[in-house]
Amino acid sequence: MKELLWLIVALPFAGSLLLIIFGTRLSRFLCAIIGVGSVSMSAVLTLLVGTDFLCGNPDGKAYVETLWQWMNVNGLSPDVAFHLDTVSLCFIFVITFVGALIHLYSVQFMWKDEGLRRFFIYMNLFVGFMLTLVLADNMLLLYLGWEGVGLCSYLLIGFWYQDPANGYAARKAFIVTRVGDLAMTVGLFVLFLNFHTLNIQVILTAAPGTWPVGSGVALATAFLLLGGALGKSAQLPLQTWLPDAMAGPSPVSALIHSATMVTAGVYLIARTHVLFELAPLAMAVIAFIGALTLLVAGLAALNQHDIKKVLAYSTISQIGYMFLALGVGAWSAAIFHFMIHAFFKALLFLGAGIVIWALDEEHNMFKMGGLWKKLPVTFWTFLIGAASLSALPLITAGFYSKDKILWLSYASDKGSVWLWLAALAGAFLTALYAFRMVFLTFFGEAKKEPGQIPGLLMTIPLFVLAVLSIIGGFIELPGDLGHFTLFSDFIEKTLPVTAIAITGHYTEFALQCISAVVAIAGMLVAYIYYYNKPFPATEPRRNRLQQFLYLGWNFDLLYNTIIVQPIVFLSAIDKNDFIDKCYNGLAALTVQIHSLLSAMQNGMVRRYAVVLAIGAIITLTIIFYL
Amino acid sequence: MNIGIEQGMLLAAVLFLIGLTGLLVRRDIVFMLISVEIMLNAAGLAFIVAGSAWRQADGQVMFLFILTMAATEVAVGLALIIQLFMKLKSVDIDRANTMKG
Amino acid sequence: MNTVFYISSALAVFATLKAITNKVAIHALLYFIVSLLSVAVVLFVLGAPFVAALEVIIYAGAIMVLFVFVIMMLNLGRETLNDESGMLKREMFIGPSVISTLLLAEIVYMLVHQTAMPLSLKTITPAEVGQLLFTKYMLVVELGAFLLMSGIVGAYHLGQKEKLVHHRFLKTEKDIA
Repeated sequence: MKELLWLIVALPFAGSLLLIIFGTRLSRFLCAIIGVGSVSMSAVLTLLVGTDFLCGNPDGKAYVETLWQWMNVNGLSPDVAFHLDTVSLCFIFVITFVGALIHLYSVQFMWKDEGLRRFFIYMNLFVGFMLTLVLADNMLLLYLGWEGVGLCSYLLIGFWYQDPANGYAARKAFIVTRVGDLAMTVGLFVLFLNFHTLNIQVILTAAPGTWPVGSGVALATAFLLLGGALGKSAQLPLQTWLPDAMAGPSPVSALIHSATMVTAGVYLIARTHVLFELAPLAMAVIAFIGALTLLVAGLAALNQHDIKKVLAYSTISQIGYMFLALGVGAWSAAIFHFMIHAFFKALLFLGAGIVIWALDEEHNMFKMGGLWKKLPVTFWTFLIGAASLSALPLITAGFYSKDKILWLSYASDKGSVWLWLAALAGAFLTALYAFRMVFLTFFGEAKKEPGQIPGLLMTIPLFVLAVLSIIGGFIELPGDLGHFTLFSDFIEKTLPVTAIAITGHYTEFALQCISAVVAIAGMLVAYIYYYNKPFPATEPRRNRLQQFLYLGWNFDLLYNTIIVQPIVFLSAIDKNDFIDKCYNGLAALTVQIHSLLSAMQNGMVRRYAVVLAIGAIITLTIIFYL
Repeated sequence: MNIGIEQGMLLAAVLFLIGLTGLLVRRDIVFMLISVEIMLNAAGLAFIVAGSAWRQADGQVMFLFILTMAATEVAVGLALIIQLFMKLKSVDIDRANTMKG
Repeated sequence: MNTVFYISSALAVFATLKAITNKVAIHALLYFIVSLLSVAVVLFVLGAPFVAALEVIIYAGAIMVLFVFVIMMLNLGRETLNDESGMLKREMFIGPSVISTLLLAEIVYMLVHQTAMPLSLKTITPAEVGQLLFTKYMLVVELGAFLLMSGIVGAYHLGQKEKLVHHRFLKTEKDIA
């Protein structure tokens, strides 16, 4: 069974290829079947391969399946090989399952769109690349998946390409992540230079012996890889592309920009954890960036009126939590939060997609209202998702994962109380903006009537994800509430155990109570300010601070002034430089000669006769004198 | 008789060049054709002179053919002039410049 | 004999010059005919009586007459005469004269550097010409015949009046019949 690992990756690619070649000749129904079927079969295969992998493998020994040797160039000989261990198993489970649910949802969501075939081609391609990324055995194959998901993200953000703003958003996403990818490429160069291979396991075993802790090379490599992770995961300072990426359809936002692609950075850091452990400064920077990002994004989310932008900033903020966890060495906590976040964030995006779809492309929350009666299933699942996001104590999965991070940010040997305070503030903000969103969208007076009611294809994924958002947390209970460590044991077969500096169940319980109070306080503040309040059906008026936060702390303006304008200015100067003058001069010369020659063809017989006579003179001269 | 061949040839050349000048100067179609005839006649004279210098009859045979060709050419050329005159309604040859460019 | 040659050649050159500088077509033709006759005399002097006779009969007698007839048919009026004066200006002679002078200079240079061959008074009889024509230059005679035939046919066709094409709805009974 384990040997079918390659099929998990191949099926989405095959589905995409089939749709590319035959798509225009197939009916829409058949295209949808192929699109959803390929990912669903991958999901089923993941279950089978996973159970086979775990049976009789208590240590979680990795399973490597080599397909073929990719190239053999001057010492670089990567193979196309897939490496299955507990971490990648967790990731492919999330990708294929959530992916299959989102594909099912998007059948009905995109049914009336004429680009349905194109959509499934891109989505399947994306799932294929993402699976390649997480299953890659060597850094080059991982980079292939990395670039592939970036490409699919560009294609899908700009899916409705007739509107140039969507194309601009797609280009922005691609270029900003490219900056990070550049750093990552240089990091790969450094790795190859030092280890003469790009095989991940080989590097990870050889690194502690080759590089002393805190050495310059280790720091440089760690920072370069971190650059790539920051770009892909939309953390400070490369986070500007994710809010604009909401120009794509909602299933795209659900799959790519909440559950999977943006967590590729988390995966990268977790996978190469040895290199980061050799560079403590880098880990500290990761934690700091995570904490800062979650605050910045949380404040920005509070001031948005577009429902998808709230969720986008929320994603940035939650990945900040994951980065925080990675930075303090809480590897399994980060993976746990990734999984739970994938569930409830996809749920939230799918729900928001239904609201937008039902209200005929209305994105402004202030123009919505009173939908809790009209769209009941959507409302209840969305509420569960928002509760999970806010980490409502004890009953939602989000509580267990976020709480673990909060505890470890305080208690880990690399943690500090400042990180914990920042995470706590973030939790308050999260609850506040999440329930602001719920109250504005679903409560209050109904400003617009839903035009279409979602069918089964859209509500089944919501239902499944809502259930997962509740029960998903029960696989990992904290120390004082039962100490059920199924998930962390699972992950810690591959990743190191978190070193804890501060122990004590009472401390943990106290901190949990504080975070629970904070979350409920956030919900209450949202209730006070936003429940059933009459808001005008326009964008809200904002004072200067709110406007600044609304614009995402105006990073766009900053980057525009520092980077974009100088480059545009320089390229405008360079437009007519010396080399261009040479080429233009050549063209101008040709035109001149042409106009001279065309004057000779004037249709006047006598002039032709004159030319004949002159020619005769010249010929005679040549004959005589030469 | 002590006329050298050069003098005969010189006569032929002078006549030819007068015809060429007429061809280049005149704008009237009819005059251009007359100038062409002048040139043809001069060329034929050159052949006769050469035949006389070599004391052979070949020069005269050539002149005969030039005469034949001139006759045909005049016939066809005049027919064309008539057609052109009908089209252009004038004898100015510069009017017939639609092949321009 | 020399004097006859020189006088005739001078006459020919003068007549040709007058021919190309005339405004009236018929006058130019007449001058050209004079030139042709002078050239015929020169041909006699050079010992080619057959060709001289042919020149007078065919060139001056047939071709030039054809010319005169066509010019009569063209019926160029007084406007053409005025146009003619406009077209023929003194300044226009400069360029072509330069070209012709250059060519003349080159030809004179050529002639001067040639081996001297005196012209003879020996008369070449028509019998000799005929002999050559029908033995050595047989094919060229046939080709000449072809050329004349095609000339006749071509001139006939080209000389036809163009038929005006009426649209069939505009045709009157006279046209159909």
